[in-house]
Amino acid sequence: MARYAIRFDAQAFQRPTPETQEPVTEPLMKVSLFITCLVDQFFPEAGVSAVSVLRRLGVEVEFPKDQTCCGQPAYNSGFHTEARSLAERFLSIFESSEFVVAPSGSCASMVRVFYRDLFRDDAANLKRAEALAAKTYEFGEFLVKVLGVEDVGASSSGKVALHQSCHLLRELGVKDETQRLLRAVRGIELVELERADVCCGFGGLFAMKYPQISGGILQEKLDCIANSGADVVVACDAGCLMQIAGGLSRQGIEVRTMHIAELLSKSEE
Amino acid sequence: MRVTTESFLENSTAAVRNRTLQSRLRVLNNFNVKRATAFADLPDGDALRDRAREIKERTIAALDRYLVQLEESITRLGGTVHWARDGREACRIILEIARSHNVKQVVKSKSMATEEIELNEAFEAAGIEPVETDLGEYIVQLAHEKPSHILAPAIHKSKGDISELFADRLGGERLAEAEELTKLARERLRSKFCSAEMAVTGANFGVAETGTIVLVENEGNIRLSTTLPRVHVALMGIEKVIPKLDDLAVFLKILARSAAGQKMSSYVSFITGARRAGEADGAEEFHLVIMDNGRTTILRDPEKRESLYCLRCGACLNICPVYQKIGGHAYGSVYSGPIGSIITPPMAGIEKAKDLPFASSLCGACREVCPVRINIPHVLLRLRNEWVEAARDDRSGPPLIERAGMKLWRFVMSHPVLYGILFRTAALLQGPLLDDGKLKRLPPPFDGWTENRDFPPIARKSFRELWSEMEKS
Repeated sequence: MARYAIRFDAQAFQRPTPETQEPVTEPLMKVSLFITCLVDQFFPEAGVSAVSVLRRLGVEVEFPKDQTCCGQPAYNSGFHTEARSLAERFLSIFESSEFVVAPSGSCASMVRVFYRDLFRDDAANLKRAEALAAKTYEFGEFLVKVLGVEDVGASSSGKVALHQSCHLLRELGVKDETQRLLRAVRGIELVELERADVCCGFGGLFAMKYPQISGGILQEKLDCIANSGADVVVACDAGCLMQIAGGLSRQGIEVRTMHIAELLSKSEE
Repeated sequence: MRVTTESFLENSTAAVRNRTLQSRLRVLNNFNVKRATAFADLPDGDALRDRAREIKERTIAALDRYLVQLEESITRLGGTVHWARDGREACRIILEIARSHNVKQVVKSKSMATEEIELNEAFEAAGIEPVETDLGEYIVQLAHEKPSHILAPAIHKSKGDISELFADRLGGERLAEAEELTKLARERLRSKFCSAEMAVTGANFGVAETGTIVLVENEGNIRLSTTLPRVHVALMGIEKVIPKLDDLAVFLKILARSAAGQKMSSYVSFITGARRAGEADGAEEFHLVIMDNGRTTILRDPEKRESLYCLRCGACLNICPVYQKIGGHAYGSVYSGPIGSIITPPMAGIEKAKDLPFASSLCGACREVCPVRINIPHVLLRLRNEWVEAARDDRSGPPLIERAGMKLWRFVMSHPVLYGILFRTAALLQGPLLDDGKLKRLPPPFDGWTENRDFPPIARKSFRELWSEMEKS
């Protein structure tokens, strides 16, 4: 992996040198985009942004068109048989990839953490799952840990707050990476979000099964967002965005939500 | 163990809407801040937690040996050890001890194990007066309620509630200040300590090597309970045994920090047998009741065994966003919060507690603060799977619609073309339902979402369509 760990010079993006403007003839590496159902159907712009950021960094992006769902909703609901069949499908589609990158900490953790559990009694698939887990990353995590980039050359404006998505934070252990990416974005003011690492109450089907609890947890998050003075709340998971945006819009709170890939793809002068 | 989680949905909904409860639950954040500060001051905190976990793993794996060693040590000290398979047996044993001493009044320290077996009810039925001596427990006992938190049993009650309760049950006028209320409770309890013939405590640790029962507290009521009455009975779950006195150097450092953000609890009592000749205080007779009550069911299952490592510190309750919203009573089980949700279903039967594994967003905050790093979210997932698997054997398990829904989901997701068509059709059909670009009302079974949130519309073009366009251009 050492050959990929190229540190991009932050300055290069501000004042591009002729060398970096040359079209990249030989891509650094190839990434298979695991788009996730929610981004595919509800937040496609986050996917498009992820592609543009990766390409800007010289990464070749492919999109395996047969992909659907990783099986997380079934797994989280206890339906392992159904989840396993989707997971096997997922393995076949992605196992030949060099890297798998998902714009979601939750879906990435499904592949990286929970496939092991799904296949714990199936040695052959367990081996495949472990091999896949070793090359699967959440989008921001991939930028920082694999590409070694913190400054992707993005610029935007306004006050931005980060909501830390739970699975990214506590299943994948990615915390500082996301913050470092945001800190490098020009033109924005990062504002502190109180209790940023507390759950927004989404939790997949939990949000539908226990709407009052989920909504109660969300209210705390909305209050913190309102207090933060942010114009934009950024998260790394479509689930959190769906939940937070749904609450903001229902209550008429004028704060926008944005997937981290969207912010990182911006170049507003 | 009595469990009333059938009404979880109603109870939790009512709890979220209960403004008094909500304002009380806000104090949980103070616990979290104190805990974090206390651990920040402990440089080797993480290593101590690893060490604690390792000791628990090792001990629980050889429980049979350590429990017998504990029995031998206590017997050598002149104490008596009793073994109880379940709560009923534990109650019977304790009542027999009480009867044999003609006990009329028992002082009790806060003990989740005695709550679990409803010992107070058993005492009352036998004409013996149990008196809770922990202030919080005293309050819930006076109110005829159950504790709503492992550590802070009366956390759901405001000062006003307690003032009213004391005036009603203890007589006298309504007292406004916490100090006055505490003083009144202390006066009432003092006389009970002197008159009670027997004390019942729990046990934070039982040291196999020395036969020492370790009790951790802040109010001094346990110290009094274990020194004044003639008989001391300690009730301990089988998982509370630890091998050596040295191990306490690890546990005591992390327990008080996790529980209340304290470096050390105000009182830590080491009870090593009954009073010996020449000693000034202590019970004349010491009994230890070692109780299973469903714990060996957990022990047998390697996937859930780690839930027996629990120190009952309550840190997972304090940090849990669900507990913070619904409090302890809504869980309908003695053990509430994240830890309750993983131990209640195997102890009481999952069909009685089917909501507990599901009523979690799986955020993992509990695991992060657990002093022995119990992987609560993963055990919850295991329990969810067991609930679904149960449906294959009998008629319990999730409702048919959910089972059918999952099968349908799998079918659609196994056929990318169908998946594409379905979502594109839905994207076209949603038009008339959109209000200001959002879905304000979803049909069942998704209507829970739109009770308090808008739902985003399905995008006009999916990512895969946009990708195809990008490829072409």
